Formats: sequence, structure tokens, C-alpha cells
Amino acid sequence: MKLLIKNGRVVDPSSGLDKTIDVLIDKGKIAAIKPNIRASGAKIIDASRLVVAPGFIDMHVHLREPGQEEKETLSTGALAAARGGFTSIACMPNTEPVNDNRGVTEYILSEAKKNAVVNIFPVASITRRQLGEELTDMADLNDAGAVAFSDDGFPVQNAQVMRRALEYSKILSTIIIDHCEDKNLSAEGVMHEGYHSYLFGLKGIPSSSEEVMVSRDIILAQRADSPVHIAHLSTKGATELVRDAKRKKVKITAEVTPHHLFLTDSSLENYDTSYKVNPPLRSKEDAQALIRAVKDGIIDAIATDHAPHTVDDKSVEFDKAPFGINGLETAVSLCLDRLVNAKVISLHKFIKMISFNPALILGLENKGRIQVGADADLTLLNLRQEIVVDINTFKSKGRNNPFHGWKLKGAPQMTIVGGKVVYSSSPSRSSQ
Amino acid sequence: MSLAFKHKHLLGIQDLTASEITTILDTAESFYEISTREVKKVPTLRGKTIINLFFEPSTRTRSSFELAAKRLSADIVNFNSNASSTSKGETFKDTILNLEAMNPDAIIIRHPCAGATHYAATFSRSNIINAGDGAHEHPTQALLDAFTIRQQKKNFKDLKIIIVGDILHSRVARSNIFLLGKMGARVTLVGPPPLLPREFEKFGVNLDFNLDRAIEGADIVMMLRIQLERQAKNFFPSIREYRNIYALTAKRFRRAKKNAIIMHPGPINRGVELSADIADSAKSVILKQVENGIAVRMAVFYLLLGGKDREAFD
Repeated sequence: MKLLIKNGRVVDPSSGLDKTIDVLIDKGKIAAIKPNIRASGAKIIDASRLVVAPGFIDMHVHLREPGQEEKETLSTGALAAARGGFTSIACMPNTEPVNDNRGVTEYILSEAKKNAVVNIFPVASITRRQLGEELTDMADLNDAGAVAFSDDGFPVQNAQVMRRALEYSKILSTIIIDHCEDKNLSAEGVMHEGYHSYLFGLKGIPSSSEEVMVSRDIILAQRADSPVHIAHLSTKGATELVRDAKRKKVKITAEVTPHHLFLTDSSLENYDTSYKVNPPLRSKEDAQALIRAVKDGIIDAIATDHAPHTVDDKSVEFDKAPFGINGLETAVSLCLDRLVNAKVISLHKFIKMISFNPALILGLENKGRIQVGADADLTLLNLRQEIVVDINTFKSKGRNNPFHGWKLKGAPQMTIVGGKVVYSSSPSRSSQ
Repeated sequence: MSLAFKHKHLLGIQDLTASEITTILDTAESFYEISTREVKKVPTLRGKTIINLFFEPSTRTRSSFELAAKRLSADIVNFNSNASSTSKGETFKDTILNLEAMNPDAIIIRHPCAGATHYAATFSRSNIINAGDGAHEHPTQALLDAFTIRQQKKNFKDLKIIIVGDILHSRVARSNIFLLGKMGARVTLVGPPPLLPREFEKFGVNLDFNLDRAIEGADIVMMLRIQLERQAKNFFPSIREYRNIYALTAKRFRRAKKNAIIMHPGPINRGVELSADIADSAKSVILKQVENGIAVRMAVFYLLLGGKDREAFD
């Protein structure tokens, strides 16, 4: 089945391409990128007034399967991703059981193949059961399909263990992703420590909790000469550390979430648990520093840290609610509205941060680019479409999203995975 | 009497203006005398039902609310969390909804989580009264403290008030900081640095780690209870050391103004934050605070629940 995408503004950061041109897809691959392509029997998609981008990649999601299917499944998470404009997602290992052995990785991949409309790339844990003590069989997991390693929300506290993980992972073409948090410093904190935590009487998670661990990882990665990726950067101090490390040529990359860019700790005044997330929403000064770091290229990727929870999970006292924001279906519109349409960064740069760079970091060679022979994963954007975020329309099982009711300009219009349309906001646009 | 009280709930001092606080204190004054009568009861809230819902242990506050309600002829029922269904796994929300099915007019809530009463107010039909939410607010305590201060010092303007102890974890400190600031007093917070984050300065108060210096010329010395378990988390090295630096002793108290008074929200740790000689001294108004709590809580009930019966009282 051939698919011909006509008259779209094709933007490909890998080649610098940005012009109105046609893209032909055949057998799941990009077959041609030329003006005025004619292909008999191809299904035609009219992409005039749309942006055709390489498929978006969210390198940080929680899909909850196996073990917590009431919150999300591979299937519902993938539908949410497709609706949000993502063609590939990397899922964190904090499932039940933890993805710390080949069996779980293979289970996720086989279930994903059967039930998921987007590509799913498992991230395995660094340590067995995410306990921070013994390394997992990283080579075996990598061979089974794990694209990266992270203990995510249960980050490795022992520096010696992290050092060994960084060293050992050098035999593989993979990367260690660290959720940087010193658990002793964050103690039982539930929000950013600062003026607002004292005002609201909630226990704080200090910025130092993140910064101490970012510093540690930089020192260890430099010594091991091994790459490290910092998940969801949230503080001004941490962005300065990463900026410094990049200047010193440490192999470090970093991601940021839309919620850390666009929300701050003052939003917690009503104790609304949909704002409860870890790392916590930081101060205005931190959010401004993150935006600056995005502009300066210090932050490489945008990721959602999609963390679905049931309505019941979040309908409790603030202290008792689980951390997490459901982000797959709002990230792209938020960034188009607040970063691209607001002229903070160019469209080209945004696409680089949400597609090409994540592909590079995760080593996905045929993704994140619109080139002949690459996988036919494409995201079509309408930069002018105005939407109102409505959690009740989510494909995700979770409703825990604090952007409900926000009016945003710019939205994913169509998502194509392996040459197949898996999401379209207006089915009438395509014709035979 | 002024009816300048438009709130459905009493969640925190933060939500109140200075004039609303004055309204509550003035109203409390008119109720104060009832507790001194032979028959300590007026029919003001006859037929109203109030629930006292406590998720934390309390004697003083719970009894004070209960007596205040009874002296206004309201019916009041006590629930505490160990005895109730929370221990069987019921959520806080379900507990409130179940109690509401019994058609109470007001629910008084004490809860270890900050914001729990605010959360309840988002789905509850009843008037919610915050009796302490985590380290956030304890509005009726601050109001009874204010009532006591006004009784002793006539007005708040330019009073030098020091609050000493575990500021970080104290809802009493927060509610008092908000209230005293609105009323024009000058507040200094005193405690060891781990319990006194510098961001508190943004609340418009002074901070001092040195009690001997801060107490100089104070009109009011408000001591906070120091919880013994804080030591285990290294907020300070030992009770012995804390006592040496931050306990109020007769010797230290001599640095305050001659007519200075000593306050404490209770329960006191005798011999820890207060030496025994000072706890029982004539300068202590600690038991006055407890007495005044009833009048203040009667006022709060009246202003929230009085409804159209208010004029009858006038």
C-alpha cells in the first residue's frame, strides 16, 4: 500500500529541508521526496497548509503494563501517543514486575506488536527490581530490545553502582537515563521546596535534591567517558550544571517536560493533585531558566514523562496522591503554542527536539528523519488549529492533566506509523 | 453587629481580611460572658448539627469546639479516625460524603495533610471549619491567640511579638504570622536554622536564630511545642541542646518588656520549651488562651451558621 503526502511543508532537521514538497511512502519506508510525485494506486493525503515532520518520539513515558493496567495499557498508551502526534515512545521499567529481565522486555514488545498503534521501545532498569544494588543483565536486555536503561523514579542512590552501570554500558550501544534525585534530600517532599511550600504547609523537595545528583552523574560520566542522559531537568542550577558539562565535552544530554516549562509551584494553591509530579513544578525562576536552556540548545529533547493514574488514585489528600502528569495528548499543542507560535524557538528546532534528537539519543537509526529509506513515521501538524484541552477526550486511561481548559494554537493533525495512518483529527482530508 | 462575614468556610487566616478578623473577635467578645453564667447555654444554633471530624489526636481543640457548639445549643457529634472507617480503608472523600449524607450543617476537620480541608471544601455542601491541616493553618488557634492579645494589650499596632520554636512544621505559627501581619503587629520568628527557612521572611516577618537577642523588648513571647521526634531527623542535635538555646527561662524572659506576656498553643512540654517556673508564672496567659478558645469558636459557628437567626441574636 502506497501513501502519497502531497503539498505539505516538509521540515526535516536531519537534512535541513524545509519546503513544500511531496513524500511518497511505500512498504513502510519513505520512497521518494520530490515535487509533484505521481504514483498510481497510492492513497493520497492532501497536506497543503500542514507541516510534515519526522514522527515525534517521546523518550519518557509510563505505560503501566504489565501490572497496573487499570491506569494504562500498551494499547491505550499507544492510542494516546498517536493522538498526541507521537509515532514512537520509550516506556520506563517501573511496571509490575519491573522490566529487569529479558522476559518482561519480550512481553512488552510482543504485546506492543499485537496491540499498540505506535512503536514502543522498552527502557530496562539499571538495577534488579530497581533496588539500586545489583546491575541487571544489560547486554541480554539490550539484545532483547531494551533501548536504554533507567531506574527512573527509584533512582540509583549509590554512586558506586551508578559508576559501574556507566562503565559497563560502554560495551553496548545504549545509554543510561537518570532521574536525578537524592532521596535523602527530597525526604517525604511532595512539592518544590521554597516560598510556596512554606506558604501551603506542604513538605518540600529542594532543588539541591536534583542538582547534587546531576553533579554526581556529570563527574561519573566524565570519568567513565560514557554517555548519560538526564531525565526531566527541572531546576535552574541543574541547567547550569549541564551547560557547564557540555562546555567540557562531557557526553551528556538532557530532556525537559512541557509541565516544567509552562507551570510553576504557585499553581498548587488549591492543592489540586493533578499538579503533583516528581520532579515537582519548580519556581518561576527555574521555569524561565529551562526555557532559556531550550533556546540555547542546552536541553536536547522534549519528553512528557507521561504518568497516567486513575481518577480514584488522584482523588485523595495532596500528600497521599501519587506523583505524575498525563502528558502524551497535550505536549505537542503546548509546545506549538508556547514555544513555536510564541517565537521562543523555531519550528525546525522544536521538531529537532521532539524527533531527531530523541532518535539520536536512543540510537534509533531509521527514525527521526525524513529521508529516502527511513521508516515512514510522520507527524502532520496544523500550526493554526485552535484547540481547548479537554481531559474527557483523552485516549489515555488517565485524566491527571493540569492543562484542562487551556486554549492552545497548533495541534497534531495526523500521525503515520510505518506508512499507516494511526490517527487523524479530520479523516475527510485523505482520499483515494 | 456587623454582618461583614461572607465566607462559607473557615479554611485559613489567609482568606480573611483584617476587618473580618475584627468582626470575629468582636463577636467572640459578645459570647465570652455566656461561659461565665450559671446556665452556660443560649439557643442561638438550636437545630443545627455539627460534626467534629478528627484524623489526629486532640483533646483541647476537639473539646473546645464541642463545648462551643453545645453552649450555642447545636448538636455535635465526634468522629475520630482510629475509631472510624478510615482505618478500614475508606478514603477521606468517601468519609466526608458519608457524613454529609446525614445532613450536617458544618464539619470541623483536623487532618495531618496540609490542604485536606481545602480539598473537602471542593466537594462538600457543608460549612467546613479547619481545626488544623498538616503544617498549613490552624485558624481558630490564631483567632483565640488574637483574642487573648487584644484582651491583654488592647490593640495590635506595633506590638513586638516573637514566635519561638519549630516554625517549619507549625500550623499555629503560620496562622499567627498571617493574622498578626494583617493586624499590624511586628513579628519575629526564632528557632534553629533547620526549623526556620529564610523564605519565611517573604511573609513580612523578621527571622532570628538567637533568642536572647530577639526577646529584647518583646511585648509577647509565643512559644511553640517542640516535637521530640524532630531530633531523630537532625533538625537539632538533642533536646538538651535545644533547651539550652531556645527554652524560655525566667532569666531570658527578663529581657522582654516589663509587662510582656507568655503564650503557648499547648500542649506544653514542661521543662523543654518552657521551664516550669515560667509556665506557671503570672505572666503566662496559656490557660486564658484555652478559656478564650470557646468564645472564639462560638463566634465562628455563629458567623458561619447563624444565617437568618443572626438578627434574633442582635
